[in-house]
Amino acid sequence: MPAPAVRVRDLVVRYGSRSAVAGLTFEAQAGEVTALVGPNGAGKTSTVETCVGLRSAASGSVEILGIRQPAEGGVAGALRSNVGVMLQDGGLYPTARPLELARHIASLYADPDDPERLLAALGVDPGTRTTIRRLSGGEQQRVKCALALVGRPRLVFLDEPTAGLDTSGRRAVHDLIAGLRAGGTSVVLTTHLMDDVERLADHVVVISRGRDVSRGSVADLVGDDDTIAFSGPVNADLRDLVGVLPDGCRIEEDRPGRYRVSAAADPMILSAIAAWCAQHGVRTSGLTVGRRSLEDVVLELTEGQE
Amino acid sequence: MSGVSAGSRVASQARWEARLLLRNGEQLLLTFLIPVGLLLGLSLTSLMSDAYGDDRTPQALATVLTVSVISAAFTSLAIATGFERRSGALRFLGTTPLSRAELLGGKALATLGVTVLSSAAVLLTAVALGWRPTPAATWIAPLLLLGTAAFAAWGLALAGALRAEAVLAVANGLFLVLILFGGVIVPAASLPGPLASLAPWLPSGALAEALTAAVVDGAAPPTTAIAVLGAWLAVGAAVSARTFRWS
Repeated sequence: MPAPAVRVRDLVVRYGSRSAVAGLTFEAQAGEVTALVGPNGAGKTSTVETCVGLRSAASGSVEILGIRQPAEGGVAGALRSNVGVMLQDGGLYPTARPLELARHIASLYADPDDPERLLAALGVDPGTRTTIRRLSGGEQQRVKCALALVGRPRLVFLDEPTAGLDTSGRRAVHDLIAGLRAGGTSVVLTTHLMDDVERLADHVVVISRGRDVSRGSVADLVGDDDTIAFSGPVNADLRDLVGVLPDGCRIEEDRPGRYRVSAAADPMILSAIAAWCAQHGVRTSGLTVGRRSLEDVVLELTEGQE
Repeated sequence: MSGVSAGSRVASQARWEARLLLRNGEQLLLTFLIPVGLLLGLSLTSLMSDAYGDDRTPQALATVLTVSVISAAFTSLAIATGFERRSGALRFLGTTPLSRAELLGGKALATLGVTVLSSAAVLLTAVALGWRPTPAATWIAPLLLLGTAAFAAWGLALAGALRAEAVLAVANGLFLVLILFGGVIVPAASLPGPLASLAPWLPSGALAEALTAAVVDGAAPPTTAIAVLGAWLAVGAAVSARTFRWS
């Protein structure tokens, strides 16, 4: 297997006495899309900013495309031409127009992409005379994405690329990322939208409180088994139901009034639940059979840390 | 790495900076209208006749060239750069192949270009007012170059070290201090005792003294003035290279 595009080991990033990243370890394989997910404040942005040299690590190590990042921050010049970055915070000249800015950034790279084509692919009119300051938040987001990609990087970090985008904007970003992956570019992205992860990510790293709490493909995280979930009264008395289920089978209240059976779905369990519902006058409209949603899994993994 | 050389990145960044500068209306006012207006005012009115003598235009020209270098290379550059840091534009540039030294070089070069244009406007206005250059006027260009570089180095040092709002306040405050205590508008000789002896050591005082020699006296500028400017440039460049941060 080729060297990973990103290798982060026991990374700690501090702001004063607070640790935003507290011993994070993960790898992003070359040519894959790796998603960093987790709640606000989990340390995703600090991790990305440290990887691209905008923050210094208190301890631990970061290797980008096989080159170890200096501990004091900053990125080797040779690396900068191979790594594209979309920052969550800032990155645009407010008084510039999108195309002239994209052209300027392109001029700093040896073999840039066509800025006009890239903006158009992201749904930004390359001919617009509007300054970036006057664009909507979603449009600014698209321009930032174009700037990250205009140098044809081998590795690109996208910090919440779909935040604030409408459906067509998200689609455009998804298509672009899929295209990058097809072309062999390694992508590391952060997002709160599980739809992004399910559509794009080869590998998911779940982060909570500055640590990696789980990792794997979406299928690894969600599990292969179908499970049964149903809705009912909050804090329902389920003893009758649990009694007729196979041994060791438990029912958990994931959210108030939302119950999940801990065993793989099977018709016997399903009929027991239906019978219980009939006895207790509970409608079965919320009864579902299928995989757990990635959102539920991530929520459970990260709430467990509280 | 093959591809784009450091020199062409600096040139590209300089073109970009100049483009943004010349688009900004407020900046154009500061760069062109105010210096030309100031020259007309000082030269045509009797406001400064005691200090400037009978032929006011040469001294007014030396004064205005000095003021416009300080305004463009120090105050305006520091403030604009401070706000670019705040908007996050510089953080992003910090992730591109452009290095910190290349960014600073590009900015200094763009400022130099703008100073050349504004000085040309001022010099043409002076000629229209009847000023005729002597052979010593060939010193004007190298002096403007040296002065712009020295002030740009300190403007960038300031912008790189403080928050945008602090840069705004400090850059404007220092502008006044440099102009008043450097003997730029009021000749150093007319300043009260201790200040008069301080003036030649300030970069503003040294630039004013050197330009006055070249423009008014028709003589080569004093070596000390050039050495003082050179020293401010060297220290300013070292400080900005050390303290400048992208974010």
